Amino acid sequence: MAAVLNVGAPTPAQQLVPKARTKNLNFHYGSFQALKNIDLPVYEGKVTALIGPSGCGKSTLLRAFNRMHDLYPGNRYEGEIRLYPEDVDLLSPEVDPIEVRMRIGMVFQKPNPFPKSIFENVAYGLRVRGEKNRTALADKVEAALKGAALWNEVNKRLDELAVNLSGGQQQRLCIARALATDPEIVLFDEPTSALDPIATASIEELIHELKRHVTILIVTHNMQQAARVSDFTAYMYLGEMIEFGETNEIFIKPKHKRTEDYITGRFG
Amino acid sequence: MDQQAIARIRAVIAAGKRRDLIFAGLGVLALGIGILTFLTLFIDMAVDGLGRLSVEFFTNFPSRRAGQAGILSAWVGSTLVMLVTAVIAVPLGVAAGIYLEEYAKKHWINDVIEINISNLAGVPSIVYGLLALGLFVYQFGLGQSILTAGMTLALLILPVVIVATREAIRAIPGIIREGAYALGASKWQTVSDHILPYSMPGILTGVIIGLARAIGETAPVITIGALTFIAFLPPAPVSAEPPFVNFDWLMSPFTVMPIQMFNWTSRPEAAFHQNAAAAGFVLVLMTLGMNALAIWLRYRLRRNIKW
Repeated sequence: MAAVLNVGAPTPAQQLVPKARTKNLNFHYGSFQALKNIDLPVYEGKVTALIGPSGCGKSTLLRAFNRMHDLYPGNRYEGEIRLYPEDVDLLSPEVDPIEVRMRIGMVFQKPNPFPKSIFENVAYGLRVRGEKNRTALADKVEAALKGAALWNEVNKRLDELAVNLSGGQQQRLCIARALATDPEIVLFDEPTSALDPIATASIEELIHELKRHVTILIVTHNMQQAARVSDFTAYMYLGEMIEFGETNEIFIKPKHKRTEDYITGRFG
Repeated sequence: MDQQAIARIRAVIAAGKRRDLIFAGLGVLALGIGILTFLTLFIDMAVDGLGRLSVEFFTNFPSRRAGQAGILSAWVGSTLVMLVTAVIAVPLGVAAGIYLEEYAKKHWINDVIEINISNLAGVPSIVYGLLALGLFVYQFGLGQSILTAGMTLALLILPVVIVATREAIRAIPGIIREGAYALGASKWQTVSDHILPYSMPGILTGVIIGLARAIGETAPVITIGALTFIAFLPPAPVSAEPPFVNFDWLMSPFTVMPIQMFNWTSRPEAAFHQNAAAAGFVLVLMTLGMNALAIWLRYRLRRNIKW
């Protein structure tokens, strides 16, 4: 199994620095409880994957981190999501969701570039923060596009419409857009499920590179992808976190039978 | 499958194809009746009036002598009234549409407002005229002026602009909106940087269609007292002496194209009827021109908006 999944050596404990942690997190869509008592640690500079069958709540959990649920009526959080090192509770009513979203970025399942130019897409996050200096914007856009491995393909056509790029390029553009503002955590919501295998591979390679600079939390319905890219994995089922651990342990020696059933494909 | 079953299937398919053909035929007939009616009226009017079209027709004031009468005061009046209508209806309608789509919370009051906006579109236009007569002309003392006409027609087309705005905003996919919020944009930043620009083609189309309707509205304009024989133009907005720009033209008496036509058709002389046909031809061209502008603008602006 290890050879097929190509997992690495276990991480020594002293290198782990917590970046965020959910504490007893519950979430309700109206009267339906989508998350039950979730305790998830997110370690700095590591990729944490959320896996599980459809409807298990992994996207719901992801979207709680940047308070996307606040955009729609009828949603209710209970519990905390603490962000370190300040140890602030992101879900507290005193914390402005806009500030949370300025510190935690998101890449969506379907690439969603704005119908604007490539430059304006990447620069938007900076403009929202009040950056007006043309040179500063150009520098940061270039850095972000390089970080997303897209610079060489688009540097001569930054004023062209972003929607004319291919699917894989669009998704890398969305990653660049999220990176431009130096977020502390980047949330990836099934980023490759709408892409072909070649584009998928380039995004996965990018994630490997990115984790050196930023903490990543990724939702994926593809177990093999979780095994390929993540350092830690959380298995969720029907709103509960069944198991959390280092990726190689979860995939080789899962502690719970339900985890083992899912991983070995007995259901899903 | 045996031969009988296959034959039965074939009979069913053939009957279905006959029904398709009949429906298609009826559809083409219905379409044809509509288009043919319009074309007949338009061509009849053109045949009657084309002979009268000349540069003088556009630059002459109305006159008791049919041969010398022109539509100068009418088309200038129509244009100025349309200008005032647009300036009032567009900001009000777009703002109302944005508020209802983006800011209003789910509340029974907002549901009532929504229902009533659609109802407003069905109110007979003469009722707007009566409202304007009582409120604008007398209560506010604005008199029988271009400003009053503009305000009245703005009210008339307000529901059209609001609905067009809302439909255009609803066409924006949710993930584009979420993409903006996920970057830390506030509600106003999302609206002004994304929602408004992307809905602009739809809004503009709705505005122009509303104006194309307003240009032909006669009942409310007559009710507020647009005069039928105007042999002068409103004062010019710019002048050589200070204060170089003035707004006296807003309070000026005026006439509009449909009223001029109405005035000419109610005279006995056949020559005036020819004038009316010519004016009608011009009015239809103005309306078609506005619709063509709407289509062209929508095409140009939609080119860059893909998702």
